[in-house]
Amino acid sequence: MKNKKNIVYAIIAVVIFIVLFALVNAGVLSRKYEGLLVPIGVNVILAVSLNLIVGFLGELSLGHAGFMSVGAYAGCLFTVHSNLPVMVELPIAFVIGGLAAAIFGLIIGIPALRLKGDYLAIVTLGFGEIIRSVFNSLDILGGSGGLKGIDKSSNYIMAYVLAVITVLVIANLINSKHGRAIKSIRDNVIAAESVGVNVVYYKILAFVLSAFFAGIAGVLYGHNLAILKPATFDFNKSIEILVMVVLGGMGSIPGSIIAAVILTVLPEAMRSLADYRMLFYAVALIVMMLFSSNPALVEFRQRLFGKKKRGGK
Amino acid sequence: MALLEVKELGISFGGLRAVDNFNLTIEDGQLYGLIGPNGAGKTTIFNLLTGVYKPTDGTFMFDSEEMSGKTPIQINKMGIARTFQNIRLFSQMSVIDNVKVGLQNQYNFSVLNSILRLPKHRAGEKLITGRALEILKIFDLDGEANQPASNLPYGKQRKLEIARALATNPKLLLLDEPAAGMNPAETAELMNTIALIRDKFKISILLIEHDMSLVMGICERIVVLEYGRVICDDIPENVKNNPKVIAAYLGD
Repeated sequence: MKNKKNIVYAIIAVVIFIVLFALVNAGVLSRKYEGLLVPIGVNVILAVSLNLIVGFLGELSLGHAGFMSVGAYAGCLFTVHSNLPVMVELPIAFVIGGLAAAIFGLIIGIPALRLKGDYLAIVTLGFGEIIRSVFNSLDILGGSGGLKGIDKSSNYIMAYVLAVITVLVIANLINSKHGRAIKSIRDNVIAAESVGVNVVYYKILAFVLSAFFAGIAGVLYGHNLAILKPATFDFNKSIEILVMVVLGGMGSIPGSIIAAVILTVLPEAMRSLADYRMLFYAVALIVMMLFSSNPALVEFRQRLFGKKKRGGK
Repeated sequence: MALLEVKELGISFGGLRAVDNFNLTIEDGQLYGLIGPNGAGKTTIFNLLTGVYKPTDGTFMFDSEEMSGKTPIQINKMGIARTFQNIRLFSQMSVIDNVKVGLQNQYNFSVLNSILRLPKHRAGEKLITGRALEILKIFDLDGEANQPASNLPYGKQRKLEIARALATNPKLLLLDEPAAGMNPAETAELMNTIALIRDKFKISILLIEHDMSLVMGICERIVVLEYGRVICDDIPENVKNNPKVIAAYLGD
């Protein structure tokens, strides 16, 4: 039964890719939407990886943009200074960016063992802001003007593959004994300890893995925009990612993916509304929120898709 | 050597002496009862034995090993498992996943194995699922295996908590008021289940309970606590007739 499910997921992943490939090559997508493909990939990676902390571990992190920026700067500095061919250089940059962010995930994960809820959220918030100020003031990294001269070498295929890898790794982790341990910490720490779950190890694991993927997303982001400005990795960016996780449903990986896609496309699609754009964006958020959590609407949606229970599997 | 030997265990919270000079010896396979009026310190003793609280004085040995100062995780790995007075299930997880969390320390494979879905992961998960179903069957919960734990009726939630504790393969099981909130029929059924698991899993059980028919019915020995002190430690018949115990429960 489980194998059948995996095959279905693999087919979905391949079909989406073929559709994307066809759309891009046939020129159906306008330049505007084609340009959105990499940012969609970036946001899917960010949302799914943040969901590991917020949805599955049950801790509130407001510093995801901080992890992303660490990865972005580390990976982009490498490609700016190296002379390797792009196809060698970029994979190395992804690994460097991911590892750099993971190290910071470890540093933030350790206080996370002692702090809970609001207090941890404030620590992660502070971390994000500190990182941003550091990048702002370091002239070797371009200061507030930003890190320039990055190759615009990423493309949508790369973004798609990385997003699929992220989803695969996190879904595989969650649907295993290790994932159950992480979820048990969310549901009841005292009970988790009483049955011998290594709470320290799994909390750090979740933070490190989540930061690792945020770092990769950062590298991808940098090689799409060709410039890294500290100001883009501010508190608002972290909140934006959190909104994707909450809208998609805590602890739901498909939900995070869908929310990330919609919330990336939506602002662009509403450009024609000009001044009213943010107004309609907010209304759209509220509607999505209702659609995903209002009991009556949830029932309606379940009847629509013939699904019995909402769950992470 | 007894399975559990508690010697002069005590704990103070500020000026309050919650447990004082507590001694207890539990043999292999024994079913021990721990009773006492509200606030006597029964749950505090459970918290001491499972490492949630560190004792201010005294020690306890389990399976010939010094245990005081160990963390709850280490103590569970040594073989002491517990349930809670106010049910603490992993409520958003499925019934079977609750038991699987209890099983996880017995099947070792690394995170990398799981992420890459290597054969070790598949083999391990298969064993875990099989064992979890076996345990659920004993408690007659296999029909609800894939439901969220929070959807279970109260009595079954209590049972699931015992199942989860048993999944950690303990030598000693601490049950904190397993019959609380149950009707007489459910209590009778629970009594059978407790006797059954003691025989089937060959473990010792220490049980806190207010339901006297349950305690007197199944326990081989009973220790009575009042204001943090042991007032009686004897077989059920003698406890029933002990004037100190009667005074503690009914007043002088």
